[in-house]
Amino acid sequence: MFKFFLVKLAQLVPTFIGVTIVAFAFIRLLPGDPILLMAGERGISAERYAQLESQMGFDRSLVVQYLDFLKGLLHGDLGNSLVTHAPVMDEFMSRFPATLELSLFALAFAVIIGLPAGVLAAVKRGKTLDHTIMGVSLTGYSMPIFWWGLLLIMLFSSTLGWTPVSGRISYMYFIEPVTGFMTIDSLIAGDWGAFLSSLHYLILPSIVLGTIPLAVIARQTRSSMLEVLGEDYVRTARAKGLSNFRVIMVHTLRNALISVVTVIGLQVGLLLAGAILTETIFSWPGIGKWMIDAISRRDYPSVQGGLVLIAFIVMIVNLLVDLAYGVINPRIRH
Amino acid sequence: MSTISTPAAPGSFRYQLASFWSDFSASRGALVGLIFIVFILLVALFAPWVAPHDPAMQDRAALLVPPVWHAEGSWNYVLGTDAVGRDILSRLIYGARYSLSISAMVVVISMGVGIFLGLLAGYFRGWIETVITRVMDVVLAFPSLLLALGLVAILSPGLTSAMIAIALVQLPYFVRLTRAAVIGEKNREYVIASRLSGAGHLRLMFNTLLPNCMAPLIVQATLSFSTAILDIAALGFLGMGVQPPTPEWGAMLANAREFMGSAYWAVTFPGLIILLTVLMINLMGDGLRDALDPKMKRS
Repeated sequence: MFKFFLVKLAQLVPTFIGVTIVAFAFIRLLPGDPILLMAGERGISAERYAQLESQMGFDRSLVVQYLDFLKGLLHGDLGNSLVTHAPVMDEFMSRFPATLELSLFALAFAVIIGLPAGVLAAVKRGKTLDHTIMGVSLTGYSMPIFWWGLLLIMLFSSTLGWTPVSGRISYMYFIEPVTGFMTIDSLIAGDWGAFLSSLHYLILPSIVLGTIPLAVIARQTRSSMLEVLGEDYVRTARAKGLSNFRVIMVHTLRNALISVVTVIGLQVGLLLAGAILTETIFSWPGIGKWMIDAISRRDYPSVQGGLVLIAFIVMIVNLLVDLAYGVINPRIRH
Repeated sequence: MSTISTPAAPGSFRYQLASFWSDFSASRGALVGLIFIVFILLVALFAPWVAPHDPAMQDRAALLVPPVWHAEGSWNYVLGTDAVGRDILSRLIYGARYSLSISAMVVVISMGVGIFLGLLAGYFRGWIETVITRVMDVVLAFPSLLLALGLVAILSPGLTSAMIAIALVQLPYFVRLTRAAVIGEKNREYVIASRLSGAGHLRLMFNTLLPNCMAPLIVQATLSFSTAILDIAALGFLGMGVQPPTPEWGAMLANAREFMGSAYWAVTFPGLIILLTVLMINLMGDGLRDALDPKMKRS
């Protein structure tokens, strides 16, 4: 198992180097001189230009610049934001918990509904229920989620007034950030009102972000259930006279879950991409909204740092999924 | 099969086509999808004749007019007007041109380049394969929309950059599929026979191998087409894609957003048409997969 882990980790190294090269190239591929771009319309004096040039290392060779960038990266130094002048790493880390919290709730929503729906569709294969579930999940899979978010806001926030439109918690509460998770922080503070408020603010964004993963999970669960239901050991289990419920829950679902778990893990990239849209719609102060703001403000060091960190997160999660797959399905290790 | 008068010989092109069609049309969803796509293609093609108004025409006397089924609505503006008095139905019809043609270009670019790279990787193996697959792994490490946004930031927002960015994001799927299919086919007897009779690399790659690797690629092309429509709309919605006043569906949504509270129709219809188009293409894709890929065939 340890060897399997090492092999998987070693396979990541070239990809990681590639990602850093892409991010490094990003600022240098921007049209025009990056320093003039950053200076904006006011222009810049020749001395200041030279100073910035040597400060950012643009006067040295590309290889040296890249190695410097890599060295900074390994020390967690991604440069400073052009807008706030704070380190990009700090900016990212202060917003990441918001995105993580939203993504986890979205994933929970997707699994809690998608998994039973997929099992039900497989069991009722070919019946109306199966067609309905699959029709609904194909619709969810095809959903432009930015529109879906607006639609839900129009219905539940504007018309019915049930859910808040934007933000993470009611302005009546101020919670000292400890973990950055609004729900956990309000529990730590022992403030039940704040906890309920933060859940209230999470409902709509989680549904919106969880819709496509839900559809993917339901479809995958159904198809792997159907695959396993055709296996000999399921027939044996039935022949032994086990109850239908037991055959499905124990013998089939457990084996079908192997591929479903993988698919759930692979949703992380999708969630982070979806977070960009969801956070924009709900003004959710996470990394998705931060990246969009950085791009529109031409805050290139932030965009660069965000690209690297997000790619890094996706790679790590994919590695963990691979490992989990190796643990639950020993056949894959060889 | 009843439509064919003389039964075609098994293995002939006509036989394959007929068997493909009978599998494809067995799925009602796939047929509905196909009919819808053909319909919307025709509408897009004949937009100037179909659309009731000029999509850019602003009627100052008819700002935010509701759809026809409201008391204040009129048949003049069936789906209502937007905040500057433009007819929403006409804008949606013209918008179909942008969404469909950009997405088609995306599929053509990424499929063309992807097939080429995948053939190279699968056919030559060795360092060429390593380089190509590694680069594709890097592309896959970024969430697609994020990478597209980054590229658009480099290329400056607009139609062409959105197209290139999304094509690049779709590329790895075509490369991987082609490579896997080529590796699977490469040592089959018909390929060896062709090589022994003196076929060169290019002929082997494009004439012998490629036609036998097309089935998964066609299915992937439909998937890419629907993803491209969603991504183009998402970029337009974020203000990084096709720029207003072009009647692109995503950009229309972004414009309508501030009138969400007062004019639901300006938000509802552009999104609905995106959803319907993507859904119908996916339905068709499911049918294609069932008909082309015997392993995935539903029983």
